[in-house]
Amino acid sequence: MATSKVEGSSSLRHAFGGVLSVFILLLIGVVAFSIRLFSVIKYESVIHEFDPYFNYRVTQFLSKNGIYDFWNWFDDRTWYPLGRVIGGTVYPGLTLTAGTMWKLANSLNIPLSVETVCVFTAPIFSAFAAWATYLLTKEVKGPGAGITAAAILAMVPSYISRSVAGSYDNEAVAIFALIFTFYLYIKTLNTGSLFYATLNSLAYFYMVCSWGGYTFIINLIPMHVLLCIVTGRYSSRLYIAYAPLVVLGTLLAALVPVVGFNAVMTSEHFGSFLVFIIIHVVALVYYIKGILTPRLFKVATTLVLTVGIAVCAVVVAILVALVASSPTKGWSGRSLSLLDPTYASKYIPIIASVSEHQPPTWPSYFMDINVLAFLVPAGIVACFLPLSDASSFAVLYLVTSVYFSGVMVRLMLVLAPAACIMSGIALSEAFGVLTRSMKFHITKYFECSHTEAPAKLGESTSTESSAPLENMTKSDTTEKPEVARKEKVARRKQKKEKELTENAHVKPVSAKKEKRPLVLPLEASIVSVFLLIVLGGLYVLHCVWAAAEAYSAPSIVLTSHSHDGLHVFDDFREAYAWLRHNTEVDDKVASWWDYGYQTTAMANRTVIVDNNTWNNTHIATVGTAMSSPEKAAWEIFNSLDVKYVLVVFGGLVGYPSDDINKFLWMVRIGGGVFPHIKEADYLKDGQYRVDAQATHTMLNCLMYKLSYYRFVETDGKGFDRVRRYEIGKKHFKLTHFEEVFTTHHWMVRIYKLKPQKNRIRGKSRKSKLGSKSTSSKSGGMTHKNPWN
Amino acid sequence: MAKGTNDAKLLIQSLRKAYAATPTSLKIIDLYVVYAVATALIQVAYMAMVGSFPFNSFLSGVLSCVGTAVLAVCLRIQVNKDNKEFKDLPPERAFADFVLCNLVLHLVIMNFLG
Repeated sequence: MATSKVEGSSSLRHAFGGVLSVFILLLIGVVAFSIRLFSVIKYESVIHEFDPYFNYRVTQFLSKNGIYDFWNWFDDRTWYPLGRVIGGTVYPGLTLTAGTMWKLANSLNIPLSVETVCVFTAPIFSAFAAWATYLLTKEVKGPGAGITAAAILAMVPSYISRSVAGSYDNEAVAIFALIFTFYLYIKTLNTGSLFYATLNSLAYFYMVCSWGGYTFIINLIPMHVLLCIVTGRYSSRLYIAYAPLVVLGTLLAALVPVVGFNAVMTSEHFGSFLVFIIIHVVALVYYIKGILTPRLFKVATTLVLTVGIAVCAVVVAILVALVASSPTKGWSGRSLSLLDPTYASKYIPIIASVSEHQPPTWPSYFMDINVLAFLVPAGIVACFLPLSDASSFAVLYLVTSVYFSGVMVRLMLVLAPAACIMSGIALSEAFGVLTRSMKFHITKYFECSHTEAPAKLGESTSTESSAPLENMTKSDTTEKPEVARKEKVARRKQKKEKELTENAHVKPVSAKKEKRPLVLPLEASIVSVFLLIVLGGLYVLHCVWAAAEAYSAPSIVLTSHSHDGLHVFDDFREAYAWLRHNTEVDDKVASWWDYGYQTTAMANRTVIVDNNTWNNTHIATVGTAMSSPEKAAWEIFNSLDVKYVLVVFGGLVGYPSDDINKFLWMVRIGGGVFPHIKEADYLKDGQYRVDAQATHTMLNCLMYKLSYYRFVETDGKGFDRVRRYEIGKKHFKLTHFEEVFTTHHWMVRIYKLKPQKNRIRGKSRKSKLGSKSTSSKSGGMTHKNPWN
Repeated sequence: MAKGTNDAKLLIQSLRKAYAATPTSLKIIDLYVVYAVATALIQVAYMAMVGSFPFNSFLSGVLSCVGTAVLAVCLRIQVNKDNKEFKDLPPERAFADFVLCNLVLHLVIMNFLG
């Protein structure tokens, strides 16, 4: 009767715990969604940065023309005159997801525009990612750790930076796909069910559709399988978790056009095939071991080893020869730059020039994962007590992602979920120990002040009436009623599991000394719990501050605070709108590749190069044109049918990411393909300057002229607010270009190529070099340029 | 050397004896696996003779054989009564999972076959 009462109350507690967990998870989802809305509140619901504009344009096309046209789309508005095969070079996951959501909303008669759906895709999927983290950490450690990890992930600044409302980029859905794939893998590993293995492959397919970082999954999981085999943790569940994933996963990856046959031919996937072979060998060995006697098994191993090593050597030699024959050993440029961080700067300057590909500094770690930076080692320790397949996977994931985040700051994003899982485990274990100590002491205190006690197990009635002091020393006999009372007070499932095991320990051993729970002194526990809550509070404060101040800026609109209020710089959209309304539909616009996506999306004009950077020579052509003097630049642009040239200039307002600051990269990339552009020509004594000390080549190149044309008219001295000195060449005229538009704060300047003159007076002058029989008109204008 | 060959003969004999003791249902699954792998090898030999165009058809053919072999091995693991980890799993559920996974595999294959 007493036990059924206990069971009834414990099932009620189970139910209450379940409802509370669901409610907490709902709140976590709401937090994850709302913390990313700062940019919508502070600015407007607009797409940020550069890459999201391309995704937005593709989603617009998909929503207007349907999926078959999207798959077969050849875009002739970029990379003129080459064009770009969109269907085969874009990761379709993000656009298909947003397109589906838009279609669903519209079919339910909720009139959302494509832009609204695109802007809010990232916050919605970050809520899903938080729930996926709960599921993953529950599989690794338990539900308490799961909820903590989910709460931490909802707010971690590193993930917020790439998934804020308006940041419509691949990572918005890819991180959710990553965590969900890992969850299904661990679930398959824990349960050995083929159903979850199928779901795992489908989730991996979604990840391959979404992001190029899927190679991380297809290399991490084989590494983990290898680790399990090497540490002797091979089991048939491991085989079921891994082998179907490789086969089905490779097939599904090959289905995505952008991956195609790379799924079987590039080195990024070879690791998975190698481990596939290894796991079959290991499975066979275990099977034979099971059906043979030990002596015969030894005989078999010696036989197989002698034959097998010879065969292996041959196979490995063939493989090495195949791989070594390709110059990059089969790896793609981006993957190689991850393995060898100096590769990109030596061979592919475009990859090296992207600011996201630089190694991070220590302050960026504290900015992006804050408190987690020192909770992670505690989590690693907690994963080892006890070590299971799932917790070894979590440790491996963390270690590899820490290494890769150290190579490229953009990959801090992959570190964020691992750090959250580890910190969730650490915090949950810490709270478990501390609250258990508190409860132990509190119940002991109540036990001492109570004289009557409900003896659940009968054996302790004799000790109940003894003096309080004696009770405190006799820990073994007071365990049982405390255990019984603890059961009534327990709230968290996790601790209940611990106490049930303690109860199980207590029941068989009646009067001997039972296993004492590890407890800390009461004051230490109370102070520690309080300090941990303060730590959590500081973390939340930092996350909200980071989301509001640091990561919510849509780079398309800039603001600054001055003594007379808030200044808004909307120059980019002003320039694109001017282009859209004042030029012909078929006009080509040349600019540096950063602005390509925005120009095609907002101005709807054809561009020469854009952010996809797939053709280095084409970008080098534009870079060379920007670095050459006016005539040579005009020739290059004219050969590309360019009508308008766009430069970004921040010298009037102090905008530091303008083209003059990026100019050296243009020189380097151009010089990589056209050797007549030498970087040393643009530097004076190794220093890059545009003032009076600058070199002649620098002061005459197109970028300088287009940026600083008529700049001296603004303040009379030509003081550049970004470089903080006066410019070198102040008064000059443009001979081959004419200025057609400069935005309000001079941030974007648009120039038109002047058409060629009908009569080339220079040629006729050359043939009559010595004679002075030219007319008075030409005599008076000999010093003038024939283009004027 | 004679001891070596003697040992090898003894080894093969004991392997054969131990394998003969497995239940018939498992032997049927093993036969299916051998058939699938043999089909894959035949396809690879054909590709070596004729050339690998179209590559996607070759890939889907070989990977469908390998995939269904792998899934059959998983089924065998789950149905084997000697396997203590799966003694709670009813064999009908294992077979249903096998069929589902094969359905997904062949849907992808038919899409990729071209």
